[in-house]
Amino acid sequence: MSTEKSVWRKAYEWHEARLPIVTWLDHSLGTKYPVPRNLNYWWNFGSLAMFMLAVMIFSGIVLAMHYTPHATMAFDSVERIMRDVNNGWMIRYMHMNGASFFFIVVYIHILRGMYYGSYKAPREVLWWIGLLIYLAMMATAFLGYVLPWGQMSFWGATVITNFFSAIPGVGDSIVTLLWGGFGVDNPTLNRFFSLHYLLPFVIIGLVFLHIWALHVPGANNPLGIDAAPSDKIPFFPYYVMKDVFGLAVFVVFYFVVVFWFPNSMGEAVNYVTANPLQTPEHIVPEWYYLPFYAILRSIPNKLLGIILMFGSILILFALPWLDTSRVRSGNFRPVFRVFFAIWIVDVLILGYVGMKPAEGIIPTIGMIGTFWYFLHFAVILPVLGWLETPKPLPASISQAVLKPAE
Amino acid sequence: MANTAHVHAADAVGETRRDFLQYTTIAMAGVGGVMMVWPLINSLNPAADTLALSTTDVNISGIGEGQRITVVWRGKPVFIAHRTAAEIDAANKVNVSELRDPQPDSARVKKGKEAFLIVEGSCTHFGCIPQGMKTTEPRGEFGGWFCPCHGSVYDTSGRIRKGPAPENLHIPPYAFTSDTTVRIG
Repeated sequence: MSTEKSVWRKAYEWHEARLPIVTWLDHSLGTKYPVPRNLNYWWNFGSLAMFMLAVMIFSGIVLAMHYTPHATMAFDSVERIMRDVNNGWMIRYMHMNGASFFFIVVYIHILRGMYYGSYKAPREVLWWIGLLIYLAMMATAFLGYVLPWGQMSFWGATVITNFFSAIPGVGDSIVTLLWGGFGVDNPTLNRFFSLHYLLPFVIIGLVFLHIWALHVPGANNPLGIDAAPSDKIPFFPYYVMKDVFGLAVFVVFYFVVVFWFPNSMGEAVNYVTANPLQTPEHIVPEWYYLPFYAILRSIPNKLLGIILMFGSILILFALPWLDTSRVRSGNFRPVFRVFFAIWIVDVLILGYVGMKPAEGIIPTIGMIGTFWYFLHFAVILPVLGWLETPKPLPASISQAVLKPAE
Repeated sequence: MANTAHVHAADAVGETRRDFLQYTTIAMAGVGGVMMVWPLINSLNPAADTLALSTTDVNISGIGEGQRITVVWRGKPVFIAHRTAAEIDAANKVNVSELRDPQPDSARVKKGKEAFLIVEGSCTHFGCIPQGMKTTEPRGEFGGWFCPCHGSVYDTSGRIRKGPAPENLHIPPYAFTSDTTVRIG
């Protein structure tokens, strides 16, 4: 009996011989995927981002079953979800705040990559795909924000679609094409709903490529040095357990906001139905766009403002070459650490500027902040690579731990 | 093998007949692809029923001097301002060559109806509705309109004077069908 294979084992082997999906998963995120042993908790945010993508897709599918994408009915259908649909309030608050938490997690994930030099050779393509995911997320979040058809939805859509009118010559035709009319109206809402449902699946495809590109060189680590095979441990069970623990902590924060502060990151005026004849007093985008909005507003020229706003993200694609230092991890770059901290403060200041009305000192601060943002990438990082003397790198991950204190 | 040798020999002197066939096939597939995609993209442009909503008739006899009213044309606001003599004067006094979008006031109104300024109520920056239709709203330092979104300031001719907007407020197509009615669109 014991020497004979069970019928389940036989069925499994029969199937694996035809479609080796379990083997594939084991190599992707299982026991056959070796990961550096020294990852810290900043490395948890990739799996958290995947979790949030799943939350957004599942809650979104259910919301779409109750939502009506029509200019005269959208707002009321969202209110019906909030009041009448069983658990509708919770599903919508999970989706609405889920967008914010998705961005929080992804911003930490991006900053981790920037500090530990995860964008440097041989991980440039991995970095690019990550940026594409980020751009797709921004587009998806914008499209979704329009769907409740409140005042901010409508005027946010008006302002953002008008960005394209800055393109010389064909700008106005492009904007009309986006609207399907002479302004943001029902055709716009219909197509935004369609695209909002489509883009998350594009993101899934990009996540697949992201993980594929991650597996070619393997994960970076806090020391930024190449990990020897002896310094690697299998993803399952070690990092699966660590990710699950991180997830449990994260979910506490997420649901505290969903249940007790669900509107803390929203704008009250979006609970007023869209009115094409009245612009709200003060238009603000969602918090995750604020630094870029500040860059746009700081430039008193329409086309240049748009170019710099998109440029502030596109410049990140060149980051692997703008950063000329060969040392990956910021732990070994004393001067880089200081400028990295200054850059984070600069982005936070820009975020504050984007939140405030453009009056008084605010536009001037915005201009200085914008100047520093580009100075950091275009001048400071390239020059720093040449001038800075990095601290000596350990020969291996285990040496960094085992070496006796000097 | 003979075939391979033939291709190699041809490569040495330049393009082969096979290359030509490949290029033309790719080109035709490209043309076909564009022809397939264009109807899908064009379907996103305004539909016939949307285009049909494109004229609005307005009775202007009730608009007193100094008053401004908003009417809806194509689902968006159009401003009709019955300007005072002082406002028209202010619009004419400007040195046109100093403007960002140089246009004399006379080019922005109909001859004989200079008192009526009719402009689209969308800021040429990103499409917010400028304030200044009521006397209680801010009109900016040139007495015209002020856009609260990004701070563009328009004068009494609806011309851009300050702020990020690149152009004057657009003039919709319109005609006076009688002394007291105007047809927009």
